[in-house]
Amino acid sequence: MAMRVDDGGGEYVVPMIEIRDLTKRFGPVVAVDGVSFEVERGEVLGFLGPNGAGKSTTMKMVTGFLAPDAGSVTVGGDDIASSPIAVKRRIGYLPEGAPLYGDMTPRAFLGFIAEIRGLAGARRRERIDTVVEQVSIGPVLDRPIETLSKGFKRRVGLAQAILHDPEVLVLDEPTDGLDPNQKHEVRNLIRGMSSDKVIVLSTHILEEVEAVCSRAIIIASGRLVSDGTPEALVSRAPNHNVVCCGLRGVEASGAVEALGAVDGVQRIDVVAASAERVSLQIHPVNGASLLAPVAEFARTRGWEVDELYAERGRLDDVFRAITRPHGSSAGNAGAASGEG
Amino acid sequence: MSTIWVIFKRELSGYFTTPIAYVFLALFVFLSGIFAFYIGNFFDRGQADLQAFFMFHPWLYLFFIPALAMRLWAEERKVGTIELLFTLPVTMTQAVLGKFLAAWVFSGIALAFTFPMWITVNYLGTPDNGVIAASYIGSFLMAGAFLAIGSCISAVTKNQVIAFVVSAAVCLGFVMSGFPLVLDVVSGWAPPAIVDAVSSFSFLTHFEAITKGVIDLRDLIFFVSLGAFWLFANAVVIDAKKAQ
Ligand SMILES: Nc1ncnc2c1ncn2[C@@H]1O[C@H](COP(=O)(O)OP(=O)(O)O)[C@@H](O)[C@H]1O
Ligand SMILES: [Mg+2]
Repeated sequence: MAMRVDDGGGEYVVPMIEIRDLTKRFGPVVAVDGVSFEVERGEVLGFLGPNGAGKSTTMKMVTGFLAPDAGSVTVGGDDIASSPIAVKRRIGYLPEGAPLYGDMTPRAFLGFIAEIRGLAGARRRERIDTVVEQVSIGPVLDRPIETLSKGFKRRVGLAQAILHDPEVLVLDEPTDGLDPNQKHEVRNLIRGMSSDKVIVLSTHILEEVEAVCSRAIIIASGRLVSDGTPEALVSRAPNHNVVCCGLRGVEASGAVEALGAVDGVQRIDVVAASAERVSLQIHPVNGASLLAPVAEFARTRGWEVDELYAERGRLDDVFRAITRPHGSSAGNAGAASGEG
Repeated sequence: MSTIWVIFKRELSGYFTTPIAYVFLALFVFLSGIFAFYIGNFFDRGQADLQAFFMFHPWLYLFFIPALAMRLWAEERKVGTIELLFTLPVTMTQAVLGKFLAAWVFSGIALAFTFPMWITVNYLGTPDNGVIAASYIGSFLMAGAFLAIGSCISAVTKNQVIAFVVSAAVCLGFVMSGFPLVLDVVSGWAPPAIVDAVSSFSFLTHFEAITKGVIDLRDLIFFVSLGAFWLFANAVVIDAKKAQ
């Protein structure tokens, strides 16, 4: 809910989640170190980082489980320190590992959550029916949760989080430990809910970010090191927009020399060369797109092109470059933690 | 208030999802009877009262109450549901009280099932039913104080067995602190004021006063305030330990 606040000088929009200089220490370990960001309604924010980066600790502070050592969290205009219950009403939360009361059945458990959330009567029945349908746990509703498979347990955890149709959904590694089909289902579920909510999900699976997130934040050693769309992140990959091309009817050295004169070409690597075919990697200046100029050039020269595509770049590579403990771009990340 | 009720219901029904609850109830009723008849010489005393029955309650509680309380918080911390609980719109006070009250009511149910003792003694003679009623109330309050201790200690560890042993030991301390054995040790070196303080914490002293028909409000207040103190400590411990 983008709240409009009039502070005298005209109105401005308050983001749904507003995090300022959030810090948490565990003894000598600085788990979260001055993290600030905002999330607007409609965003699906992927929270990325290697294990131990501080993702879960941040989420525990946002959801009001842990009190920060410094900094503030505001959700829908309410501060978590001064109005924790108001904030908790707004949020649905799936903690890491989806802890559940194992001796209860999903039916009893969801009934309990509904009561705690103040859902009663017809509304309560309607919500429980809806989420049971959404996460497909109908067949196991009356079996003790501890006897359910991991996939079903995770779904019960998700059902619990979305039961009160919250404005803010916080999911800590929602697909961790699930098989590929189950992962796919959970992602579809998240995508289906995203339009009117704020969703924050942590993961270390990068394809998940590209699959469901509109924005990705990377933290490493408790610090925020990157914030942008998944596409923007990918564009920072070392091989982003590198053109791979296979040519026939031209010699390797001749092709390299000729293509080197094309505007925007930085460097050309010969991947393979034989008498009848050469395979090249053409690196652009500043990640610019070279596909069209290269295709046009080959056509005017009359070369036979049997392969031509631009590398998208892999999020993995960007992620590694940013979060590497001793990487140059990670700045002081290596100094902040005793890794390992 | 309604949140306390919701938590209370979940906890209390949790006791009854396993047969252990029924075994527990049966064992408590059985043992309290056995103790009264065989060790307390209920019949031989020739008295129409239930002192022989109530005098063993502190000792029974020493084992039964830590067993009831050990799960309360240790399990939440072990499984991680504590994170679920405290990210729901629930305050610390509501959670602590809801769980405590569920365990307390369960102990009350166990106590209520000993009613045949009351009937028996009325059948055999004409007891002072006012004293018996007061004794039941005193026993229930004492169970509450024991439970508050057990609940607090169950938040210290994730291991239920450790919670049980430590609570039983602490409860033993509170029972025994009125014993000559303990007081002699203390009076060897401590000033009388300390000796008095130690003995004033004895569950036995306060409880026996009630069962003998000396209804002193101070004995009741003792159990209530001790329970309140341990529940407060319980909240402090949960807050300090929940992150781990
Ligand atoms: N309760 C705790 N006590 C001590 N250290 C902790 C605790 N929780 C997390 N940490 C430490 O804080 C850092 C961040 O952990 P976490 O937030 O769980 O990372 P992530 O979820 O990104 O894997 C790690 O170094 C972890 O060991
Ligand atoms: Mg984590």
